Amino acid sequence: MRRLSLLIGLLVLWGAFALPAAAQEDGPTPSPDEVNAIAKNLYCPVCANVPLDACGTPACVQWRQQIAQMLSEGFSEQQIYDYFAQFGPSVLAAPPPSGFNWLIYLLPPLALLSGGFFLWRGLVAWKLPAAPHSEAKPRKTKFSQMIEDELKARRS
Amino acid sequence: MITDLGFFALLTAFMLAIYGCGAALYSHWRQAPKWLASARAATLLTFPLLTVSALSLVYALVTLDFQLEYVARVTSRSMPLYLRATALWGGQAGSLLFWSWLMAAFTTAVMLRDWRRDRDLQPWVIIVCLATLGFFLGLILFYENPFVRLWQGITGTVWTALWQPGEALRYVPMNGNGLNPLLRHPGMIIHPPMLYLGFVSFVIPFAFAIAALVTGRSDDRWIRVTRRWTLVAWLFLSLGLLLGSRWAYDVLGWGGYWGWDPVEIAAFMPWLTGTAFLHSVMIQEKRGLFKHWNLLLIILTYDLVIFGTFLTRSGVLSSVHAFAQSAIGPLFFLFISITLAASLALLSRRWQALRSDVQMTSLLSREALFLLNNFLFIGILIICFIGVIFPLASELFTGQQITVGPIYYETATGPLWAALLLLMGVAPLSAWRASTARTLGRALWKPLLGSLLVVAILLFGGLRHPAALFGFWLCTYVLLVTLYEFWRGAKARHAKNENFALALWRLVARNRRRYGGYIIHLGVVLIAIGIIGIEIFQQETQGQLGIGERLQAGDYAIEYTSLAEFQTADGRLVDRAVITMYRKGIFVRELYPRQDFYMESQQPMTIPGLHSTWEADVYVLLVSWEPITGGNATFKMYLNPLVSWVWLGGMVFILGTLVAAWPERESQAVNLAARSRVVRRPVEARG
Repeated sequence: MRRLSLLIGLLVLWGAFALPAAAQEDGPTPSPDEVNAIAKNLYCPVCANVPLDACGTPACVQWRQQIAQMLSEGFSEQQIYDYFAQFGPSVLAAPPPSGFNWLIYLLPPLALLSGGFFLWRGLVAWKLPAAPHSEAKPRKTKFSQMIEDELKARRS
Repeated sequence: MITDLGFFALLTAFMLAIYGCGAALYSHWRQAPKWLASARAATLLTFPLLTVSALSLVYALVTLDFQLEYVARVTSRSMPLYLRATALWGGQAGSLLFWSWLMAAFTTAVMLRDWRRDRDLQPWVIIVCLATLGFFLGLILFYENPFVRLWQGITGTVWTALWQPGEALRYVPMNGNGLNPLLRHPGMIIHPPMLYLGFVSFVIPFAFAIAALVTGRSDDRWIRVTRRWTLVAWLFLSLGLLLGSRWAYDVLGWGGYWGWDPVEIAAFMPWLTGTAFLHSVMIQEKRGLFKHWNLLLIILTYDLVIFGTFLTRSGVLSSVHAFAQSAIGPLFFLFISITLAASLALLSRRWQALRSDVQMTSLLSREALFLLNNFLFIGILIICFIGVIFPLASELFTGQQITVGPIYYETATGPLWAALLLLMGVAPLSAWRASTARTLGRALWKPLLGSLLVVAILLFGGLRHPAALFGFWLCTYVLLVTLYEFWRGAKARHAKNENFALALWRLVARNRRRYGGYIIHLGVVLIAIGIIGIEIFQQETQGQLGIGERLQAGDYAIEYTSLAEFQTADGRLVDRAVITMYRKGIFVRELYPRQDFYMESQQPMTIPGLHSTWEADVYVLLVSWEPITGGNATFKMYLNPLVSWVWLGGMVFILGTLVAAWPERESQAVNLAARSRVVRRPVEARG
């Protein structure tokens, strides 16, 4: 029993020291360009409508450092976005497509499609037959054909 | 004393605006010309009174009368004279006064025109203009008064009031806060007046439209009277947007010029409906079609003008809660609701009378293509409106704050812009009334072939980006179509023994509206080339450099040479880097990116070092540095291809608008009208 307790204690100790060390096994330090490529798709939590890569507030400087840290730890781009999304959807460049937010993705195409449909219907219904001075040859009626035939007969 | 004069002038102008509305209404009701003359006189008086009011505030700003709360908020001792004067529109209260002064100026100009042919419209033009003016003056007087003073009680509490309250004493701060550093730029000094001029002048066509609706005039007189007003409004709004973009490029330090920020979009939305209106009124003038649509467009433009002012002034953009706490936000909302509802009610009342007997004869006619153009503009408007409103709706209904960034706007509006560009290359070659695929095809094939040749050259030159190829094809095609129209007209005159340059000059001078429009199209093409360049081919890189180290983007490299820190007389702490720029290893010039720290307001500003050519801009920002040693500094470098074409296009655009809006000589206008009646009827069908 004492041995088991000792083993558990050792494991806990090892876990306490070794796990953070493993987590901090950093890859190569990301370049500022790699950090900015992600930061430009995130928004400052303090200033409205300012992308993270262009903001000089301490919060944004800290967040850029956080992105660099996460990149060096091997996090993917999407994982980094997901991580920052926990601070609220306002840090993302566009609202995540879920729930109420679907409206912003559905309303514009719906408005355009329905507007286009009504415009087309209206134009087709509105349009008159070809104007008299259009290029199309005027259709000969039965009556005009008779007159032309008669005139031809007289000339001959 | 002088500020008291300013306040009383403001108060009198407000009372006159209310009186003028009442008198004009009474004159319409009783058909009493005396009351109309009285309303007109009241209208004319508002301008000198508001001039006195605005000048007295400018005097207080220039002389640094810090007892005025507004002066203490927007000026400081270190500000140069021109910035103190232009601080008139540097804060909320002053900018509302400036807005009202411009409104009064335009209303006065309208009153001074010859009204003999439009006497029935005059009372309603007065009512609409004065009601709008009265609303703004009311906001200033009761909620955002720039003449309120600072007072200090015995306990040391400082508060604001117009006149000395009880035992309080005058409180004059030693210095003011100073103007927001972002606004201390030449572009920002001119940008707000231009936008306001654009906003205010759109009230005039709206006033005539409402007058036509109330009086039941179903002809296009209101459009003909306000044609130039509309063009002037559009000119100023376009100029305001362009200057704002240039300001953002020079001052905001993020390498671009248009960020799809709600404030930008607020000014852009009336421009969209105004542009649709400018195209659509041509159809009513030529063919008598779309009377309802034109009225709807000008109503929308007016309410978007007020909505734009509401968005930027009510605090609603920062949060719906800030809006609820804002004194003027709900009033703006109420005013927009009332004017929109009343205008639409009037329009529906006259719906039958405005029906046109004329019908569309071809789906490829110019009027049909103009309608499609309007559809696309309104499509872009809807996308922008939803984008601006959605964060507010989200906060209101779900409690969540969200950001709608450029990616939404660019993805959603991109195809519509491309379609608009394509239309610009088709509509000028289609005929009014009747146009068939065959006639259109005959006119289009030459520019189409030319544009495809250019694409082939670009492909041969190594350009492989599909979107860029498509964009450049569109631009070349529209450019060729537009130039072809100029060439065709000049050739016809050249055949009558005019030399080609004179023929071109007279062609434009004799038909300013049409060829001014084509020059605007040329400007749009140049802007589009610039946008394609920066949007698709922009490169950026960032790096920490020691002295003598380099950073590379494309063919360009920058080398960090030195850094200096110094103070300026206007209260800035400046950190300025010296950068040596090379292209393909050859020295080009030095650049001086810097950061200005405004000590009074404790705000930093990042000013880029900029090298512009027609091919690309090199845009360098000083991001951070080691202050004492100046040893290492971090720079951000953007390579912005073709961005100078945006500014060139903007200038061509403005030139075209000036040509289109320039008044024709009376005799020339009469001659043209007579000729168009007698001889040019068949030619007019071509456009």
